Amino acid sequence: MSMITADPQDVPKVEHFAFTPENLEKAKALMANYPPGRQASAVIGVLDVAQRQHGWLPRAAMDEAAKLLDMAPIRVYEIATFYTMFQLKPKGRYLLQVCTTTPCWLRGSDAIMKACEEAVDGKTFSLQEVECLGACVNAPVVQINDDFYEDLDADSMKKVLDAFRRGETPKPGPQVDRQTSAPVGGPTTLKSE
Amino acid sequence: MLADKDRIFTNLYGIHDWRLSAARARGAWDNTKAILERGQDAIIDEMKKSGLRGRGGAGFPTGLKWSFMPKEVKDRPHYLVVNADESEPGTCKDRDIMRHDPHLLVEGCLVAGFAMRAHAGYIYVRGEFYNEAETLIAAIKEAYEAGLLGKNACGSGWHFDLYVHRGAGAYICGEETALLESLEGKKGMPRLKPPFPAGSGLYGCPSTVNNVESIAVAPTILRRGAPWFGGIGRPNNTGTKLFCISGHVNKPCNVEEEMGIPLRELIDRHAGGVRGGWDNLLAVIPGGASVPLLPKSICDTVLMDFDSLRDQKSGLGTAAVIVMDKSTDVIKAIARLSQFYKHESCGQCTPCREGTGWMWRVMERMVLGDARIEEIDALEDVTKQVEGHTICALGDAAAWPIQGLIRHFRPEMEARIRARTQKLAAE
Repeated sequence: MSMITADPQDVPKVEHFAFTPENLEKAKALMANYPPGRQASAVIGVLDVAQRQHGWLPRAAMDEAAKLLDMAPIRVYEIATFYTMFQLKPKGRYLLQVCTTTPCWLRGSDAIMKACEEAVDGKTFSLQEVECLGACVNAPVVQINDDFYEDLDADSMKKVLDAFRRGETPKPGPQVDRQTSAPVGGPTTLKSE
Repeated sequence: MLADKDRIFTNLYGIHDWRLSAARARGAWDNTKAILERGQDAIIDEMKKSGLRGRGGAGFPTGLKWSFMPKEVKDRPHYLVVNADESEPGTCKDRDIMRHDPHLLVEGCLVAGFAMRAHAGYIYVRGEFYNEAETLIAAIKEAYEAGLLGKNACGSGWHFDLYVHRGAGAYICGEETALLESLEGKKGMPRLKPPFPAGSGLYGCPSTVNNVESIAVAPTILRRGAPWFGGIGRPNNTGTKLFCISGHVNKPCNVEEEMGIPLRELIDRHAGGVRGGWDNLLAVIPGGASVPLLPKSICDTVLMDFDSLRDQKSGLGTAAVIVMDKSTDVIKAIARLSQFYKHESCGQCTPCREGTGWMWRVMERMVLGDARIEEIDALEDVTKQVEGHTICALGDAAAWPIQGLIRHFRPEMEARIRARTQKLAAE
């Protein structure tokens, strides 16, 4: 069980949260994906919109989502604390989500974790150890914001971090010469036209 | 080896375009109307005859599952729900389907939805797969614009709407009833069964939850026929399967192969062999984190299908092959999985909530050898107390890797305890 509280003590107080008109449209479009009266189904999506707008998810945003979805606030807090992608504290510009589950660990995630720990400053980079990201044949893997960086080692991890520091966005995907999930050196199948 | 002409996922690696026109050139959406015109019963019958067993891990026959849906739509609508919450450690095949061949999945949703008399389908994609979900949403949009979905889908007269629903980080939502809870906007806590989803699923309506791969292969099976699919693999274990080979191999990869391929051939042919050669192999987890590992002696000859692996007290699971060579601290490898299950337990059932934490703490001591020999028995006993005593299979999944470790590597665990005891005595 993850142990997260909806009301962490050491966060800046956010008195007021309002969706921008554009994001309100996005939230309403998500709600329209479900049958009438089932708008609560959109709660994860609406919280995600709020988090993308604010950078993290303060309680005021949860309350605003509850109002929009016609849900009791406690039901929204439950969601925000159950699912690990909701960030209930401010974070750096880039969230380094380092997978350390067995397939990544076997391929050297300890070194990746170390490189990321050294980079964390809370402003540019924040760190979160995560469970299996579902890209195991490209291990070790780090998710940085929405993108997966794959087939990493300590050196390529540092290069990726340096590029972000310079304000660039390094190319996501395998950091070795490789076509997505195909074997290094080229596929063993699907070679006939 | 499976011939390229029998491969379903012809753009597995994303070498070609995923968009509609390219997918059509590869054979997707080819006269889907004719498939639908066969009618629901004929489609389900063909799926049953193909022998397709669910690709999400449990291996339940897909056609049979579809047949559990009511034959008539009464006051409650029917729903198709696709499980794209791919989170089983070692597994990364559905990701490739969604990002590289999404139209196979979208077309499969229409066919499966029609067969179970559903007018709406939801694809539940794990939250971390943001880019994959975006590709899938774009593919669905293309399908609507081409008249393949929506009112009169493919000119069949059937109305079918398809939606993508993103999760937000919770392994447990891969359990079908937890997924339904999550889809309804609640915490992903599994429901007691019965009632089964086909009777009362999403919003209390008849629903069927299928894995991405099971749905994505359906149109090709229906187009090429059950005898074709059933002719690949072994009896009761038919068809092609996506394998994910990770860990200590020279070239980790995903690959579509025949069911029942020998494990050694799979690793040697497609993944460049075990690092340091086959004799450097220690153990393999053959079907994702939840199934017990196999020592090299079994890996030498075992076949990769449901029944062969079950006979070895393991399982095909999601066909995620995690390879460990002789440099591996196998106790630590399994302890890390115990930590995973402790983190991912939803906390609803006491044996799992308390048991996963207890097992993890003991496993951490086993890694150090900081235990008594008898505690191995106590640990095994606790795994048996958790197994089968919880609402969902997460408790079982947490128990099995440890049971596999004790079954095959007990001497290593004892040696580590003895070494530490001797070291302390000497100091």
